[in-house]
Amino acid sequence: MATLLQQLTSGLVLGALIALIALGYTMVYGIIQLINFAHGEVFMVSVFGALATYKWFIPQSWQGTWQIALPCMLVGAVLVAVVLAVLMERFAYRPLRNAPRLAPLITALGVSVMLKEFVRNFFPGATAAVSVPRAFVDKAITFAVPGGTVVIQSTGILLVVVSIIGAVLLQTYITRSRMGRAMRATAQDPDTARLMGVDPNRTIVLTFVIGGALAGLAAVLYGIHINTVDTEAGFLNGIFAFTAAVLGGVGSIKGAVIGGFTIGVIKTMAGQYFPGGTEYDLVWIFVLLIVVLVFRPQGLFGEPERVRA
Amino acid sequence: MSPLLEVTNLSVAYGAIEAVRDVSFSVAEGQIVSLIGSNGAGKTTTLRTISGLLRPKSGTVRFEDQPIEKLPAHTILGRGIAHCPEGRRLFGRMTVEENLHLGAYVRKDNGVAADMSRVYDLFPVLGQRRHQKAGLFSGGEQQMLAIGRAMMSKPRLLMLDEPSMGLSPIMTQRIFDTIRELQSQGTTILLVEQNALAALALSDRGYVVDLGRTTLEGPGRDLLADQRVRAAYLGEG
Ligand SMILES: Nc1ncnc2c1ncn2[C@@H]1O[C@H](COP(=O)(O)OP(=O)(O)O)[C@@H](O)[C@H]1O
Ligand SMILES: [Mg+2]
Repeated sequence: MATLLQQLTSGLVLGALIALIALGYTMVYGIIQLINFAHGEVFMVSVFGALATYKWFIPQSWQGTWQIALPCMLVGAVLVAVVLAVLMERFAYRPLRNAPRLAPLITALGVSVMLKEFVRNFFPGATAAVSVPRAFVDKAITFAVPGGTVVIQSTGILLVVVSIIGAVLLQTYITRSRMGRAMRATAQDPDTARLMGVDPNRTIVLTFVIGGALAGLAAVLYGIHINTVDTEAGFLNGIFAFTAAVLGGVGSIKGAVIGGFTIGVIKTMAGQYFPGGTEYDLVWIFVLLIVVLVFRPQGLFGEPERVRA
Repeated sequence: MSPLLEVTNLSVAYGAIEAVRDVSFSVAEGQIVSLIGSNGAGKTTTLRTISGLLRPKSGTVRFEDQPIEKLPAHTILGRGIAHCPEGRRLFGRMTVEENLHLGAYVRKDNGVAADMSRVYDLFPVLGQRRHQKAGLFSGGEQQMLAIGRAMMSKPRLLMLDEPSMGLSPIMTQRIFDTIRELQSQGTTILLVEQNALAALALSDRGYVVDLGRTTLEGPGRDLLADQRVRAAYLGEG
């Protein structure tokens, strides 16, 4: 029982992280049907952005005070992520907006490689783990449960709370605000949205900004929770998040969140209980993905592929 | 006085296909002007070019004496031209109210709520179903919403592309009555129709578009009486 609850807890924390990143994939796909494969790397670069902020912009005497360090790292990481996302949209994807779909996909792979090398300019050893300070209440909370205890890090709780609040705020913004309406209109029918006076570039940039900001947020929370980062961090988490978005129904905010938590929990549970253990935990994620897509090609909460006259 | 909208020697191509070859017409303030012509004549292409969704190969579009043919599409509504597109193109996954809000997207004043009630007064069925998704509506209701959405921007010129398409005769009559009502409230109207009889009867001026060219023009009543028009578009002769 204790083991089960412990794995569930870890799964939810991992899921919260995946969900935050998945929101970026799903938002961008929802509006321009682009799978921004470089989004995982934006996340990775932002972890280093947070680390750089900590090392080079916070005076040493304040580095130990998380009430100062954490907000500074958040600002640094979100800034890095948003700037990257905007530059990427402007210079890599916008020129290819009307190109065949393969072109932006390959561009995304190119951007990914570029971002990894970019990080290595500043952190030459970063292909191996670099340590990230635990800039938060450094405390693990222990619950007594039948048959043992469950431990959860305060940073894990923070991740889950921020992820859920972030998703709810985003959903509210998209459904209630004027710009949110414009984004949905552009997603449904770009030409008609233009007839309503909606500037497509503005809405698309906004989408990248929101996705980037969430990735930046995720990056800091990941860094202080895991305590290390390397240049491969974007790849695996990006794949998880992309899978979560597809599982939940790419384009759907609710889907990205539920997909994220599902994948987090499946991974930890499979690692504990399924044949092969942690060596095969990834397999089960994709087994689930395939099973869902066979029965619901549009994902759990996705809209069926639109057919346009 | 110069016309509100003036299209001169417009030509528009889709790649190698020249859909519009030489279209010229003008719309004076306060009038209803219609473009009639058979399927594929280039009417929709002309409206989409005025709206900035397509770029002309040559020719000019002037609105309030300004050239607008190079402006990005999203700035056209702000200039005062609303376009109610062919096939209505509602945002089907959004509610009636959200569609109307999008129609008022460019407005910064606080009269939006009042104008929304005006649309609901004009089409009570929209008011009753304001929280329902537009995609669930019948053709006639969708056309009402499409017109309501276009009205929400308070345009000076309203362009309607085949508003009667697929509608019952009663509903068509209802839509044409609404168009006349909008004119009487001061909106200038550019109407594209295959239903030439109804359109010309309503229009101050009409133009016949044939194979991408404006071939005949005149007051609506004169065109209705014109032998060539009757033969080609009213199923006579
Ligand atoms: N997207 C497009 N690509 C290529 N050709 C098109 C496209 N849209 C319309 N056309 C062609 O342009 C011509 C004019 O079409 P259109 O403007 O829709 O005519 P109308 O509205 O008068 O029926 C037709 O021959 C049509 O086949
Ligand atoms: Mg047409």
